[in-house]
Amino acid sequence: MASFSVPEKIKDILPENTLKTLVPQEEVARVIKPAPSRYRNEIAKFIVHRNLNCKLCGRCAEVCRYGVHVLKPGYKYFAEPKNHLCIGPACEKNNGNFCVAKCPQKALQLKENPLYKALGDYRWPGDLILATWKMAETGDVPPAEYGLEYECGNSGGGFDRLRFKFPDKLAVKLSEDQIDTSILLNKRKDGRPEIRIDVPWYGGGMSFGSVSNVTQLSKARAAKAWNTFTCTGEGGYMERMRPYDDHVITQVATGLFGVREETIQRVPIVEFKYAQGAKPGLGGHLLGDKNTPAVSKMREAVVGISLFSPFPFHSVYSIEDHQKHLDWIKHINRRALISTKVSTPTDVDMVAVGSYSAGTHIVHIDGGYGGTGAAPDIAKKNIAMPIEYAIGRVHKFLADEGVRDKVTLIASGGIRTAYDIAKAIALGADGVVIGTAELVALGCVRCSRCESGRGCPRGIATTDPELAAKMNIEWGTQRIINLYNAWRKVLVGILQRFGMKSITELRGRTDLLMHLDYTNDRGVKK
Amino acid sequence: MPEKYHIKTQPVPPKGPRIGKYGMVDWREDCARCHNCVKKACVYDRYRQEADYIRNLSDVNALFFDCMGCFSCVQDCTKGLLCMSINPEYQKMGNSYWAPDIIKTTWLQAETAKIPVSGAGYRGPFAGNGFDAMWTDMSEIVRPTRDGIHGREYISTSVDIGRKLPYLSVNGSKADVKASPLVSIPMPLIIDMTSPAHTLPQLNSIIAQTAVNTDIIAIIDSRQWLGDSRQLDNIAFYIADGQEIPKDALKKTRLVEIPDGPKVMERIKEIKKIYPRIVVAIRVELTSAGVERAIKLAESKEVEVIHIVADANGNEIGASKPRFIKEVTRQIHTTLIEKGCRDEITLMAGGGIALPEHMAKEIICGADLITINLPLLISLECHLCSSCKPGMVCPAKLEKIDFNYGVGRMTNLIAAWHDQLIEMMGAMGMREVRRLRGDVGRAMFFENLEEETFGKLFGSRKN
Repeated sequence: MASFSVPEKIKDILPENTLKTLVPQEEVARVIKPAPSRYRNEIAKFIVHRNLNCKLCGRCAEVCRYGVHVLKPGYKYFAEPKNHLCIGPACEKNNGNFCVAKCPQKALQLKENPLYKALGDYRWPGDLILATWKMAETGDVPPAEYGLEYECGNSGGGFDRLRFKFPDKLAVKLSEDQIDTSILLNKRKDGRPEIRIDVPWYGGGMSFGSVSNVTQLSKARAAKAWNTFTCTGEGGYMERMRPYDDHVITQVATGLFGVREETIQRVPIVEFKYAQGAKPGLGGHLLGDKNTPAVSKMREAVVGISLFSPFPFHSVYSIEDHQKHLDWIKHINRRALISTKVSTPTDVDMVAVGSYSAGTHIVHIDGGYGGTGAAPDIAKKNIAMPIEYAIGRVHKFLADEGVRDKVTLIASGGIRTAYDIAKAIALGADGVVIGTAELVALGCVRCSRCESGRGCPRGIATTDPELAAKMNIEWGTQRIINLYNAWRKVLVGILQRFGMKSITELRGRTDLLMHLDYTNDRGVKK
Repeated sequence: MPEKYHIKTQPVPPKGPRIGKYGMVDWREDCARCHNCVKKACVYDRYRQEADYIRNLSDVNALFFDCMGCFSCVQDCTKGLLCMSINPEYQKMGNSYWAPDIIKTTWLQAETAKIPVSGAGYRGPFAGNGFDAMWTDMSEIVRPTRDGIHGREYISTSVDIGRKLPYLSVNGSKADVKASPLVSIPMPLIIDMTSPAHTLPQLNSIIAQTAVNTDIIAIIDSRQWLGDSRQLDNIAFYIADGQEIPKDALKKTRLVEIPDGPKVMERIKEIKKIYPRIVVAIRVELTSAGVERAIKLAESKEVEVIHIVADANGNEIGASKPRFIKEVTRQIHTTLIEKGCRDEITLMAGGGIALPEHMAKEIICGADLITINLPLLISLECHLCSSCKPGMVCPAKLEKIDFNYGVGRMTNLIAAWHDQLIEMMGAMGMREVRRLRGDVGRAMFFENLEEETFGKLFGSRKN
């Protein structure tokens, strides 16, 4: 009998080799470099106004430490003040270097920028947006003198009212190098790879269609640099993402847009999206305007029509059905980990345990206050519980069922800051998924126009080539790398203050939290 | 398959410029005339549109046009001269309950009949008072739908109004009980009378026609009925105390409303004598005695429908510590269950229903259906500026509205609300709005979630 040898190329895509992508993987250095705003005028909290009394003596430029006043060589007049560098009234206490006070002609005035009041909302106040931009620019938290609140938003509940109870004295003094922020994504010990990511977060699913290819690639490259993941979302797998295959999660959602065995076989993690926090129970919806020829080709749909992903999976009406789904993917890609993304209904704890029993490696719960793409306004806020309530409930139920250490619990839906990450972990999650924060790092102002017409006017959540060209991949990658770096620094700082060597020690430590709206006397002897 | 309930809609543009949330407040001197803002930065082309509008200026509001607040022009201006601010006209609209955002979304729905969609997630506070202190549930894997496999096209939003039988008694092959009359409408919404402060020349005829177009019912004071008998199937007369009953017209209607009062039972008998097949609703103002009164009335075998009415903001009327309609409805609903008579009567609730999610939430709290009036007035571009007095200028020029414009806008709004109710029910896995009534298992309440989550960890909640 003649022997048959499998050609090399075919061999590579056999199930047992599925993790081995066929495309050489590109390196992206984890280097922190300045990545200033791509806009000519940065939004500032304060405005320095120069009136006609100015005699151009240059005293303001002399005293200002922050480079607000610029008189370029060879120019007669000052340039527009660099207001975004001004620290505002705090400067008055700044060793007598307050330009307004030092101006001999009293020609300078400092006022709050009315623009600042128009920026942001309860969940993402102006301060948080500006602080995130600063972090994306510098790779570090904003200097304290700017007074930008980068720890939480102003929503009046949930993470925004939780605080850590840091000890007055450090039990152990740990250096930055001694602290480990990595988490394990496969705890099942089922022979599949024990994938570890360097930071306790990865990027959420944003499909090509909902965001531009520049945005997707920037996210993927940053994920590569930080040894974490990004997710394709539902719209298919761009060929240009293949050099980062090892850091991509591909999604199987109810519309099955762009889902092919070949794409499933490329990646280390496959995510089943049953629901999403931004529109729980409503399915996905790509409006017709964003269904461009490129999008429709990838989704194998007709150009210009709205594309719906129904809710729910019409092949899943029980945990047993869910298991069949998981088995299908596990068979196609025998090295992949499976993540199950669900929303937060009343019985989210039972969904999580059921999903574990079906064989998932990651239970990803997505609360209702996040979301990056288009969603009916009625779904926001009104359907399913906020993630802050769901995390503890799921964590406890998994623990009570004796499976907490066999599954990774990932939370998302309103994680905006490094402090939110730490609080989510203290409530019981292993890690988080982020979305909006990455977009803010790329210059999003949360105008909520992601869905309409050509899409995002800032060139982030758009498929319009002209708008997408407002940003380039290198800049986008650097902004996200910088943001990640700043966040990691914050997390390390938190762990240092608790004397913890690993982020995993923080998991479920609700005893380290307090709530500003509560008496915080539970367990305190009176 | 029976014919689907469908409301025919078409876009009805606003009469004047929309009041945008953002506006340019400062276009300082020294502009380089580079036109970066006009030609490049603004992807919506708003500057050009605004310039065109200003050339044909007919309204001061034209200055506050439809800026989307993307900041691109501000950040791309060659000389950094532009500044943006929240439009003060926008902030001035409405009041603390009927916030500008509610007015804006109502206008949008009245114009397009579409479900408002936006990106970038939720922007508001974590929770709030009233309906903002509850979330509806959704189905997931272990119970994808409560009512079995379905698509949105199978969801029924129709409700029955009237007194229902507690049980069926059969004698041989025939029913041994006499069923009370029932009125069925295709969605759980009735248009209530507008307050005297908002009386407009054409309003009642517009409302009546809207009820016809949407096949629901509008409650209209019998004294203000304009006499169009073609609309009677969709009109419920409100017959005030001492008011003569319009006998002939009444026979062509299906539902009638009377105020609560000491002689309410006699009034019911009087109406039933004229037309036994009409359903009679009793309007109970939610004063501090309203709950008690509603419960007492519900226990009477003569009462078919109770219509509880809170103030415009959903609060009890004149109470020192007013409760919100959601709490009041839950109390009435659960008390009637305990007394064993909940299923026999129909409970309509009005006041403070400002958004379509309020409709679903109020039904979850125990109402069979809801009544609204202010949202329909807002759909006509009303700013809720409270200037509806003789001699005052109405910014929306409501006294001059065109009939078709009014009917179109109101019809669009109701269609958008209906679609959104279906979205929420689809998420909940509910196939019938009748079964949503009082099903608090399909909702999560702020106080419960807080106690279960944070109360256990952090002690008592401070107020």
